[in-house]
Amino acid sequence: MSVENKVKGIIADQLEVGIDKLTLDTTFEDIDADSLDIVELVMALEEEFDLEISDQEIENIKTVGDVVRYIESKV
Amino acid sequence: MELKGKTAIITGASRGIGRATALALAKAGANVVINYTSNELKAAAVKEQIENDGGSAVIFKADVTEYKQCEALVQCAIDHFNRVDILINNAGITRDNLLARMKPEEWREVIDTNLSGVYNCCRAVMRPLLKQKSGGRIINIASVAGIHGNSGQANYAAAKGGVISFTKSLAKELGSRNVTVNAVAPGFIETEMTEALSGQVKEQVLSRIALGRFGQPEDVADLVLFLASSAAYITGQVIVVDGSLSM
Repeated sequence: MSVENKVKGIIADQLEVGIDKLTLDTTFEDIDADSLDIVELVMALEEEFDLEISDQEIENIKTVGDVVRYIESKV
Repeated sequence: MELKGKTAIITGASRGIGRATALALAKAGANVVINYTSNELKAAAVKEQIENDGGSAVIFKADVTEYKQCEALVQCAIDHFNRVDILINNAGITRDNLLARMKPEEWREVIDTNLSGVYNCCRAVMRPLLKQKSGGRIINIASVAGIHGNSGQANYAAAKGGVISFTKSLAKELGSRNVTVNAVAPGFIETEMTEALSGQVKEQVLSRIALGRFGQPEDVADLVLFLASSAAYITGQVIVVDGSLSM
């Protein structure tokens, strides 16, 4: 499975939104994610991809595409 | 008050309020992790009493001032009972002294155990609690000293006051996840912690308690059990259990 599909799957699962609603340009604001949602998402990503995401890096994550590109740069 | 299938971690559960709370939650059906730092025999006795009453419990040694050990404590709950639903931050110490005589280590030890210990355990339980997506309960044992202050306890009162503010903040952070966070503020409870006080001090305190007796650990455990089970719409609160001492 591509990183993009994996990430979308995790986001859909964590934030309880339909995976078909997620594009690379979807912002977390679009899907009503609050700050704790983002933290939970980050915890899930850290576990799935076995990496550690810093607070600073979290701040730069605004869209689904940001997450995909970030993960791709790390794995 | 039904806690069947729930798992509770209680820090400092080998004696006093922690012990009474462990027994009360186990009686309500919870699987209990009895944390202790030094007294393995007493912790084992609590476990035995729970098992004799048909409950299930495990003991785990961890120093709450060490974050890694708190992580191991939470992992112990997951290893044995597959989940964690309730955290009771009860472990606490006193190093009473008038500030003019208070040594830096007396300040530090109390802050480390009574305040940072609460951070350590809450932080360690965050990931599994959020991941389970089934809500949860965190109950911090504070003190009336944390509300009103107490001469000779600037360190203890500061730590407990910190616990109260911590409780309110965490309640706001976790409300949307159906995790309630409350503090219990006991007054004078007859435990080893208060045993050391002089007869004169005890007389003085007793004269201010409308109910005319010191509190028992079970008096506090009753409230903790309520907050851990049926109190679904109470969060961010400090509830005093002191027989009116601080009124």
